[in-house]
Amino acid sequence: MQKIIKISIPIILIFIIVVLFIGLNKDTNYNTNSLIGKKISKINLKHYNENKFYKVDDLKKNKYTLINFWASWCAPCRAEHSLLIELSKEKNLKLLGVNFKDKKRQADVFLNELGNPYDFLTKDKMGKNAVNLGVYGIPESILVDKNLTILKKFVGPLSSKDFNSIIEIIN
Amino acid sequence: MLSNLGNLLLFLNIFLSAAIIFSALKYLKISGNLIPKIIYQISTFQSTSIIICFFTLVGAFIISDFTLITVYQNSHTLKPTFYKIAGTWGNHEGSLLLWVIILIIFSFLFLVFTRKHPKEFRLVTIVIQNILIVGFLFFILFNSNPFSALSPTPSEGLGLNPILQDPALAIHPPLLYVGFVGSSIYFSAAMASLITNYSQTSFVSSIKNWVLISWCFQSLGILVGSIWAYYELGWGGFWFWDPVENASLLPWFAMTALFHSLIVFEKRGLFYFWVITLCLLTFILSVTGTFLVRSGILNSVHTFASDPARGIYILLFLTLMIFSSIFLLFKNYKKENYNLNPNSKETFILINNWFMMFYLITVFLGTIYPIFTDVLTENKISVGPPFYNMVIIPIVVIFLLVMAIGPKVKWIKERFTNLKNYLFILMGSTLINLLIIFLFKSYSILSNLIIISALFLIISSLIDAIKSYRSSKIDFSRIISHCSFGFLILFIGLNNNFSIEKDYNIKLGETKNFNNYSIKLQNLVLEDFSNYKAVIGELVINNKNTNQKNILRPEIRIYNNPQTLTYEAAIKSNVIKDYYLTMSNIDRSEYYNIKFQKKPLMIWIWISVVMIVFGGFLRLFQNAKNN
Repeated sequence: MQKIIKISIPIILIFIIVVLFIGLNKDTNYNTNSLIGKKISKINLKHYNENKFYKVDDLKKNKYTLINFWASWCAPCRAEHSLLIELSKEKNLKLLGVNFKDKKRQADVFLNELGNPYDFLTKDKMGKNAVNLGVYGIPESILVDKNLTILKKFVGPLSSKDFNSIIEIIN
Repeated sequence: MLSNLGNLLLFLNIFLSAAIIFSALKYLKISGNLIPKIIYQISTFQSTSIIICFFTLVGAFIISDFTLITVYQNSHTLKPTFYKIAGTWGNHEGSLLLWVIILIIFSFLFLVFTRKHPKEFRLVTIVIQNILIVGFLFFILFNSNPFSALSPTPSEGLGLNPILQDPALAIHPPLLYVGFVGSSIYFSAAMASLITNYSQTSFVSSIKNWVLISWCFQSLGILVGSIWAYYELGWGGFWFWDPVENASLLPWFAMTALFHSLIVFEKRGLFYFWVITLCLLTFILSVTGTFLVRSGILNSVHTFASDPARGIYILLFLTLMIFSSIFLLFKNYKKENYNLNPNSKETFILINNWFMMFYLITVFLGTIYPIFTDVLTENKISVGPPFYNMVIIPIVVIFLLVMAIGPKVKWIKERFTNLKNYLFILMGSTLINLLIIFLFKSYSILSNLIIISALFLIISSLIDAIKSYRSSKIDFSRIISHCSFGFLILFIGLNNNFSIEKDYNIKLGETKNFNNYSIKLQNLVLEDFSNYKAVIGELVINNKNTNQKNILRPEIRIYNNPQTLTYEAAIKSNVIKDYYLTMSNIDRSEYYNIKFQKKPLMIWIWISVVMIVFGGFLRLFQNAKNN
């Protein structure tokens, strides 16, 4: 028994140290930029008002889609909202809003106050879909073409620079 | 100029350490129980020169000498002098210098205060301590040199991160370092004890005060860090299970286990190897913590600009420490026969140690698990409060009960004639708990158990205090610490269950109502300060039941150097509760987002920790008096 302990303790420690050593050379920031250029294979978002789901096939019908994650409790979402309203006037682009971990009553107040730019509005109550799309904080917007390829990701509120780059891509 | 002086002093210290190691090894072979004067002299010289070295750096910060990279990166001419000084250890390089100072001064003090112990043991301890010193000095000189020069000299520095410009944070690192680094001396002593076969119970008296000192300071350091997090980070919590908080907690568990088992070793001569293991473990965990923080392997509020080379050096050093400890431990290990009676103080202290080890392993696994999943499965995850709360909190209940009973159990064998008393105390605690539920509000079963067991510990400690006061054999330090720990858990439990949190978007002049409170944004002021501008909100909180009005002024600060936005919480504390309010602006809108929290008994959480530490210091004074 003692022998086993005497051998196993150093082995466990060596294992831990080796893992720490490898870990040192890894990028610790969670980075989802690698998702750009990849295709979305699956989404399953519940409609905001109805008991229906928004799926990949629906996404294929649009020339370009901007998937925008937002919530009423998110201050920067307010900031980018006017830009979304502008974008909603574009013909080639559909806006898919995903209401993220929010209360319906408060989300309604938000949209009544600031306007509803979304062509399709869905909700992600538990934040599961967000994780699947590599979204770990909101607001975040993902620009997708009709082949379901992710063209661009905007982490944080959209800026006027982001706005211009979206206009450029879709026209 | 200062750069040269600093580098010179660092090199001098390496040389002095080498001299100490060399002469100690030389005198080890010569018989007699006296350590020659020369070693004391070198050691004194070394302590003085490293202190001068440190003040050279402090001086560079005060006069804003931007020829030093460290000063340039972490200071600014417009910064208040107090923060210029605190900036010395508010960065990686400067804080490492603080490490080395403590290593050296403790080495010197150990030499002075252990005259009663065998010469070989003392000399070997000093040798090992100086090997550690040399290791860290090399690290400083070749990787993290605070005296690296910068040319051409910039006219202005980059400034200290504003959230670090805070009185609590200015004293947080030195406190924590005395704890962290202080454990080095009993690491060295434990190694020396193994090498020189100094395993008599008198070994305890050479280290027990060092353990207590490091434990007290470690606890204070953790406390000050929590207080800072509470009012500075604006989340309203004081413990977040952040990897770095965990890193400070790991050695703390080991220290706590250590000074409890030291009692058994001193009284009964048991657990020698366990004591040694804990001595070694504490410092190893301290260095592991430093590795986790400084290498940037984990993300946290404490991550300094990360540099893998730094991490590799500390990891290498850590590996050497671990394997030399294990080698010595295994080589000298002899099986001890315990024959413990389950109803004895020894057993209860051993149980305390098991709890500490359980907490230690839980927190350790939670902290390094993300690294493992990342390396082995490429998954990025983070282990958050739910894990710790779920694993640790239920166990606290039993821990508190054992903590209440343990100290009164006799050595060797206890007959437990007073079970009836405990039953009464338990009934009393349950009654008080029911009263709280009845008067205020009910909470979960687990919260009930926690509060009952905390009350159980408090009441038994108090009864114990009264009884032993009569027989005039009172152990104040233990009773104060244990009782305060009971209060700590009680206050945390009540605070958790009775806190209110509300979140609103509000504009000037608007009033929001909730429960029996109303909150109004009455005024907004823009003010200019020397190193920042601030938007100050004036919010009136009205308690409709008592018609008591409080004005809170949260701030949004815009710092100039470096330009940063921070949100300052407004806190109103009194004996019963804290009001806690943060405000943030919403871009392109007249609305402000406010988060209001009512947190009962906050101040008592801090006071409990201070009292726990006070117990530790009291024991220290008793020990000093008895010597």
